[in-house]
Amino acid sequence: MPDKRGRFSGYGGQFVPETVMPALAELEGVYNKLKNDPEFQAEYARYLAEYAGRPTLLYYAEKLTRHYGRGQIYLKREDLMHTGSHKINNALGQALLARRMGKKCIVAETGAGQHGVACATVAALFGMECRVFMGKEDMERQALNVFRMRLLGTEVVPVTSGSGTLKDATSEALRYWVTKVRDTHYIIGSVVGPHPYPMIVRDFQSVIGQEVKQQIKQIKNAKLKYIVACVGGGSNSMGIFHPFKDDSAVKKIGVEAAGRGIDTGEHAASISSGKPGVLHGALSYLLQNKDGQVIEAYSVSAGLDYPGVGPEHAAFKDTGVAEYVTVTDDEALAAFKMLSLTEGIIPALESSHAVAYLEKLMPMTNADEAVVVCLSGRGDKDVQQVAQIMGGL
Amino acid sequence: MSALAKRLIERKNKGQKGLIIYLTAGYPDMETTLEAVLAAEEAGADLIEIGIPFSDPIADGPVIQKAATEAIKAGATTAKALDLIKKIRAKSMIPLAAMTYTNTILHYGPAAFMRDFGAAGMNGVIVPDLPLEEADLLAGVCKEQAIDLIQFIAPTSTPERINAVSKVASGFVYCISTTGVTGVQAVNYQPIAAAIEIARKTIDIPVAIGFGIGTPVAARQAAKYADAVIVGSAVVKQVGTIGVTGVKDLVQAIRTELDREGD
Repeated sequence: MPDKRGRFSGYGGQFVPETVMPALAELEGVYNKLKNDPEFQAEYARYLAEYAGRPTLLYYAEKLTRHYGRGQIYLKREDLMHTGSHKINNALGQALLARRMGKKCIVAETGAGQHGVACATVAALFGMECRVFMGKEDMERQALNVFRMRLLGTEVVPVTSGSGTLKDATSEALRYWVTKVRDTHYIIGSVVGPHPYPMIVRDFQSVIGQEVKQQIKQIKNAKLKYIVACVGGGSNSMGIFHPFKDDSAVKKIGVEAAGRGIDTGEHAASISSGKPGVLHGALSYLLQNKDGQVIEAYSVSAGLDYPGVGPEHAAFKDTGVAEYVTVTDDEALAAFKMLSLTEGIIPALESSHAVAYLEKLMPMTNADEAVVVCLSGRGDKDVQQVAQIMGGL
Repeated sequence: MSALAKRLIERKNKGQKGLIIYLTAGYPDMETTLEAVLAAEEAGADLIEIGIPFSDPIADGPVIQKAATEAIKAGATTAKALDLIKKIRAKSMIPLAAMTYTNTILHYGPAAFMRDFGAAGMNGVIVPDLPLEEADLLAGVCKEQAIDLIQFIAPTSTPERINAVSKVASGFVYCISTTGVTGVQAVNYQPIAAAIEIARKTIDIPVAIGFGIGTPVAARQAAKYADAVIVGSAVVKQVGTIGVTGVKDLVQAIRTELDREGD
């Protein structure tokens, strides 16, 4: 749990304008009550099960396991969730929260469009007005998701300020929220932003790890040794890591995007090569230049393209709860192809980073060890982009 | 007494309203900013906010965002903003407050920032993403250098928060005219006027109102609720379109309107 000031080992906090401080206090108060309210939790669980498709499968990837010939590989199939990724877990939870607070409008930011689509979906479901800020460049990269959001009745607002990507979309969403704070709830899409957001998003995403904890008990001939998940802002990884936080026998490995290579400067590896700084309301590892200006992140995967990272990940890094590694664009693209060919599962480019790390991890494993990979989303949204990179179909 | 408070109280004692002008350091270049500061003083500004550009200014609207982006592109850095403050001080004793975001100060080092900027002649610091809950990051080092850490009151601030702010405020209290970012016109001053009324019960330092005050008429209207008005985006826009003479003309027009007798 974060401390009273919303800090995880010093990281986090509430670096936002005074105008939204009362709204954060309200959100924290309502959330802390609902967290232990059986009726609210039952409502949330019902929507997750009946609408969104939980629990998701923990699939034994037999062919992939054979390919490496060492430990057993299991895929946590968040890609099978409604709307195609784990993002719906948080969007549903926060929309229910907003409803309890009597807020009728939703604002959100999106990078790849997965969180935007999840918010547009729950807004349609609950009859809420929804506005999603999206970088202009991302809108071009992810045109299909833009159309999906609009089809669901959401207004997608292009962001051209700064560099026109997720970072700027988040700033715009925050600015909009400051303006409309009285009747609007901001559904932040990852374990980032000011307290209490990193805690709330983590709690809603923890369902992933809690299910794994139950599901892994069914496996008789191996014990869980590794959990691997990609880290952009860090919501799917925090969701699957957190329930295993105190279990040091299970190694948690977060995979950041190395883009074109860490030494090229074109990457999104905030933990691996950033320094502590404040962006979007929280103190955490941050990509910044020698004058403290935030550097634009780069990754082939729009969902990992964020210069910051959730503050609890920063704490996990410093305290050794989890370790953080990097995977390049090329390695992720190779994994994208490989999982498609070996298992008939097309992963999202974000999740492909986690899959790609198996190349390095698997040779170190033994046959009686289980490796769980969080397959946070499906790759349908990425096929057009990958086709272009690979030089056509 | 703080230089910021002193200047605003002098105005108040004369039955006048204070005028605070914001300029982005290095937009379009540091020489222009220096000239604009001197022109604004000559035209009747009481206090200057020097914006140190940050890449992600979440409290700022389009005009100041663009100025920050362009200033950074043109080579503005925290060190060059420090140099600008030294140059202003060499020519003028107008009270100065630096306005920037937490990361800029954190990156420079809070103690070093206050030491260097204080020595250069900065009297106060305004950090819009540093609410009361996080103020201890800077409060100690500001106190050591006798620099005012300006506190905010918003239309959404609860009476408890206003009282908490009042307890630690120094220099002046920055009252945000409307929920929103800089440069977007305020239409309803009632919520902030009510907040100011609560604050007045516990503070005796001046109260300034800012955000979305862009014309002489708007300045006069907003000034009814406070001791001083803050004009930012409109001035920065003048810098970008007309240049230093545009700044001078606008500040003069606002000063004249603020000083005009009658309703």
